[in-house]
Amino acid sequence: MLSIKQGRYSIAFVCMVLGFMLAVQFRTTQDMKSSVPYQRVDELSERLLQAEKERDALQEEVNKRKNTSGQEAETKALRDLRMLAGTVAVSGQGIVVTIDDSKSASKAGENPNLYLIHDDDLLKVINELRAAGAEAIAINGQRLLSTSEIRCAGPTLSVNNVRSSPPYEILAIGDAKNLENSLKMRGGVAETLKVWGIQMNIKPAEMVQVPAYKGILQFKYAEIAEGDGGQP
Amino acid sequence: MILAVMGLALGIILGIICPVSIPQAYAKLFSVALLASLDSVFGGLRAAAEEKFDNTVFISGFFTNALLAALLVYIGDRLGIDLYYVALLAFGLRIFQNLAIIRRYFLKK
Repeated sequence: MLSIKQGRYSIAFVCMVLGFMLAVQFRTTQDMKSSVPYQRVDELSERLLQAEKERDALQEEVNKRKNTSGQEAETKALRDLRMLAGTVAVSGQGIVVTIDDSKSASKAGENPNLYLIHDDDLLKVINELRAAGAEAIAINGQRLLSTSEIRCAGPTLSVNNVRSSPPYEILAIGDAKNLENSLKMRGGVAETLKVWGIQMNIKPAEMVQVPAYKGILQFKYAEIAEGDGGQP
Repeated sequence: MILAVMGLALGIILGIICPVSIPQAYAKLFSVALLASLDSVFGGLRAAAEEKFDNTVFISGFFTNALLAALLVYIGDRLGIDLYYVALLAFGLRIFQNLAIIRRYFLKK
């Protein structure tokens, strides 16, 4: 062992000071890691300022619009809502999808149901179309609303409580390319249905006419909740 | 040697107990001062091993080294010269040199 003869007390004292400094520095470093760095603070406050500025500008715009073109905005909102609700016929670019039951006969011992179109097949197609940004959809002339059902009704399919039998024609308005790709993508709906020989024909079109909902909209139970001014 | 280790332990305990923390702006200076003191301690140990130890030189060197290092880094910061790394390098080199010499003495005994 190294023995220190001279100045052992001063070395001990200095070691004590060193230990103290070490501990303090250790804690400081620890604090620094846990707190937000200076640069980040600057950046965040900058972004906050920018967001506030943006908010003020938007608020101003809202006020301006409220004051000037109330009537115009109202009619546009009404039109949008009617289009969304499906009470007006709409047209635009989109796709036409025809789906029919499988032509191939079921093999012995196999469930013949697999070769027929079911509600869930159509639901998958509809879901895929909506995910791809379809703005209006109709099945065999029945406009799909937010309350529409797609349901097996014996050998037929019921949409908006109107039954129809295959082949089913789905009209969808949206970006034609997007809609088509959404169905045709690898492992997508078209590929899955093709396994069972179900015939699916996807045709993009420049102009698709989606009819309006022909029934009557009635609200028996729902009412506008209190405190909501009914603003769109 | 035991006394030195005990002093170090006592210092660390004191430092943990005391709720002292260096402001972040001075953390850099403090770290350099810490390195300088570490260097001084190793230098002192080496001198003790060589039996050339001088109490006054040791104690004064300890404090002046630490303060001067911190001051240098502070000035460097103001002037835009990164003296921080210079101090780091100088002290680091010296620490390793001293450590090597101390180890030789340690092995000789």
